[in-house]
Amino acid sequence: MSKVKEGLFYAKSHEWVEYTDDIVAIGLSDYAQEELGDVVFVNLPEIGEKISVGEAFCDVESVKAVSDIISPVAGEVVEINDELADNPEMLNKDCYSSWICKMGKITAEGNLMDAKTYEKFLAEQK
Amino acid sequence: MQLIFEKSREGISQSILPVCDVAKYQFAPQLQRQTAPRLPQVSENELSRHYSQLARRSFGVNSGFYPLGSCTMKYNPKIDEEMAALSGFTAIHPLQPPRTVQGCMQVLELTGKLLCEICGMDDMTFQPSAGAHGEFTGMMMIKAYHRLRGDLGRTKIIVPDSAHGTNPASAAMNGFSIVNVPSAADGCVDIEALKSVLGDDVAGLMLTNPNTMGLFDKNILQITRLVHDAGGLNYYDGANLNAIMGVVRPGDMGFDLIHLNLHKTFATPHGGGGPGSGPVGCKKFLADFLPAPVLYHTCCALDFAAPPQSIGKVRAFWGNFLVIVKALTYLLTLGGEGVKQAAQNAVLNANYFKSLLEDDYDLAVPGICMHEFVLSLERLKKETGVTALDIAKGLLDCGVHPPTIYFPLIVHEALMIEPTETESPETMDEAAVCFKKLYKLAYKDPASLHNSPQTTPIRRPDEVAAARNLRLRYRF
Amino acid sequence: MGNYLDATAADQKKMLDQIGVSSIDQLYSMVPEQLLVDKLVLPEGLSELEVRAAIEELAAKNLIFKNIFRGAGSYDHYIPAIVSQVTAKEEFVTAYTPYQAEISQGILQAIFEYQTMICELTGMDVANASAYDGASAAAEAAAMCRDKKRRCVCIAATCHPDTIETLKTYCFAADCELTIIPATDGLTDAAALSAVGEDTACLIVQQPNFYGLIEDASSLAEIIHQKGGKFVISCNPIALGILATPAEVGADIAVGEGQPLGMPLSFGGPYLGFMACKTSFARSLPGRIVGETTDANGNRAFVLTLQAREQHIKREKAASSICSNQALCALTAAVYLSAMGSGGLREAAEQSAAKAHYLAAQLCAIEGFNLVYGGEFFNEFAATTPVAADILLLKLEKEGILGGYPLDYHTILWCATEKNSKYDIDHLIAVIKKAVSRCS
Repeated sequence: MSKVKEGLFYAKSHEWVEYTDDIVAIGLSDYAQEELGDVVFVNLPEIGEKISVGEAFCDVESVKAVSDIISPVAGEVVEINDELADNPEMLNKDCYSSWICKMGKITAEGNLMDAKTYEKFLAEQK
Repeated sequence: MQLIFEKSREGISQSILPVCDVAKYQFAPQLQRQTAPRLPQVSENELSRHYSQLARRSFGVNSGFYPLGSCTMKYNPKIDEEMAALSGFTAIHPLQPPRTVQGCMQVLELTGKLLCEICGMDDMTFQPSAGAHGEFTGMMMIKAYHRLRGDLGRTKIIVPDSAHGTNPASAAMNGFSIVNVPSAADGCVDIEALKSVLGDDVAGLMLTNPNTMGLFDKNILQITRLVHDAGGLNYYDGANLNAIMGVVRPGDMGFDLIHLNLHKTFATPHGGGGPGSGPVGCKKFLADFLPAPVLYHTCCALDFAAPPQSIGKVRAFWGNFLVIVKALTYLLTLGGEGVKQAAQNAVLNANYFKSLLEDDYDLAVPGICMHEFVLSLERLKKETGVTALDIAKGLLDCGVHPPTIYFPLIVHEALMIEPTETESPETMDEAAVCFKKLYKLAYKDPASLHNSPQTTPIRRPDEVAAARNLRLRYRF
Repeated sequence: MGNYLDATAADQKKMLDQIGVSSIDQLYSMVPEQLLVDKLVLPEGLSELEVRAAIEELAAKNLIFKNIFRGAGSYDHYIPAIVSQVTAKEEFVTAYTPYQAEISQGILQAIFEYQTMICELTGMDVANASAYDGASAAAEAAAMCRDKKRRCVCIAATCHPDTIETLKTYCFAADCELTIIPATDGLTDAAALSAVGEDTACLIVQQPNFYGLIEDASSLAEIIHQKGGKFVISCNPIALGILATPAEVGADIAVGEGQPLGMPLSFGGPYLGFMACKTSFARSLPGRIVGETTDANGNRAFVLTLQAREQHIKREKAASSICSNQALCALTAAVYLSAMGSGGLREAAEQSAAKAHYLAAQLCAIEGFNLVYGGEFFNEFAATTPVAADILLLKLEKEGILGGYPLDYHTILWCATEKNSKYDIDHLIAVIKKAVSRCS
């Protein structure tokens, strides 16, 4: 059973979102990292990139698959998690503290679920 | 095993070139490289043994049964190799005057004529160096065709979800967006889904027939007509031509252009990943778009010229010429009757091998297949935990090259099997025994399959480590 | 007549019974009947003896030249005997792409060794397992450099005409602009390069260039880098035995035609496109790449790696559709380089340069023959001819000599390699002298 962390918000494409003041951190849910398998590379976005809701703005590679990260919000990339460039396995080991990037200047957000709703959503996926 | 660099010893060299008989030319220091390349210093004996050792750690069609689906690993005749090694071909400079290369030009012309007859096409280029290169070329011809007619809104290429990855990739290299159409439950193109995506924005359709499920699409005439009615062109991916050559022609099915894989259907060897050859054939109305140059007849000889609307060159010179010599040798050996027999026996063998396996393994689609068939190990995985990968690795211990795995993408835990026509029933009987043995083993001792192979030069490699910590060259 | 089936009529009957059908035709029951062809217009099959005669007859229609002084993208270097022996091994010839690493260690290791040698030659960090040929490798390199903002590709006018033509074609496909940077005195015009726009993705330069001249690559590198573009060098691998490496002159990507590394002329193919780059570009390289890892027992193992770049995973998002490459040609290059060693490669390069300079000196001592350009050259040079190029070349042909490549009516691009002995060159000069005196 995949872990779902309380307090975060989730997209149907399995990204999680954490709000801190006006900054939004984005990562991959436990379900997503399990599906993907061993992550070998994270193709990070560039700081300053402007992203719209639903845009595939970076991707994550395992040995046999590539998975797009779909932005749950519209805004600008203000910080990227450089550590993932050298240690992509962090996404497998601790997906909820391994944010991929942080976005600011948020202008819109897509449909997000709270932890309870996402859990229910996952159950329906099976 | 040691790398050639680890066998290198300072001071060892081979005596290959004579002493220079003219004055040495001295380049200014800033034009010269600062350090010498660290190439191996080995004796001829050491070098010969090194590669013999590497050969022993490789597996070719000559080593054993190689039912790698979609790759048509048939026997590669020896005479083809000898003919391609004739000095009358190998010693010919590509930029010799046409008058001095009439033999080479006749090879291209004759091979083109024979292949056009087999495909139902009117003209052909041999420039593309492999199947994907042919797709890239064909897609560009479609682009140029619509452009010339001022039909600029055709930006989409339709590709079935069972297609090879090269299809969407080659179309995308030409700036097309890809529309995937799903397969129906019977494995064929879903006609209603196709109708729903057809319109004046469609440039064309890419299709293999038989498709990657090993099925001949019974609706093929309707499919190609629908695309034509919408103003699109039909592109035939010749990857699976081995099932039908001499029996049915893509040109008669309604296809406008086609690429062939000489290194599959026409018995030229794969060489561990190339060189291949991916000639593109087309109907007359597209011939003006073929890559430059094409052959034409002067009063008394052959010469090269660029077709009026040519897309240009897709590589230097004229193509992987020696591969074409091999294919021609094969075609002349088989003749019309042999070509047909090859296809018929490829289909016979596939159906025979399928009949030996279908009691144990589940077919992705039941019924008669063409030259290949697809098994789904989804149930086996659910019941035993043994995956398609495990069965593939188990086969390695049996001396059988595994089938293609996890393709087509629409079948879960897929094993895609293509025996080809050059295998005997005995070979398939023996292989079937292995498949059945592994099936039983999956239930009895799944762990042993997870741990296979045991008898190969290496055990399962750590692919995750390879991709995380890149070591792409030897570190001195 | 001939076929390679391994089943008797009785076998076929047994197989049909097992399948549960009565004839092979029944297996084609899904094919609409109107599509079935009755009989194709193809010749009757032939026995091996007959087919040999037929193909030998075709080969005999080509003229084999005893002495070759023509390069222009295809070079007649000496090929050590071991090269064809090793590359004819059936396990190499008849294998598919090494997807099953456990039984493909031989081919994977050979490619890994090849990648290392290409890195050593070019000074780069990473090489792929090969591309189709030098021209398409240059086109693939351009694709590596393009992104959303930088769409324009620049190529030097001094590149091989087929490379320029191939780039045009690939750029048409990708809907991006191709700018040809003109030349002055046979060398890429730095001033013209300085004028390119901010949307320039890269500059492609050939070294030595089509006219045999050595470009001032470091200066070109500086200019294109100032513009924010990448620098791609298409190099002659034999020249790299002595000349500055792409890395040393600031290239980001090195490509080239690998034919001089042990592949015969073969009327233009199969040849070998090699590609190498700095580590930062590794994930943009197209095609197969072999990496080292360990197996379940901790032993050294080789695998195809970085596969997530490739078409079978990325499909329409892959940067290139390349799948089959030129693996056996890459093996050929590796055996060639191992046989020659770094000393042998240097010798081949030095002798090629020495012979070309000797030839140039002898040729230009004849009245009416002059070097067209003043720059340093490697083993090719353009020279004028006082008699029409085609007439002169025809005279040479009658003596079994393939003269240089005619660039226009009165200019010929000459080439020499280590295979051209002093005796051969002197003979060539004598024939030319005779031809000139007869014509004037």
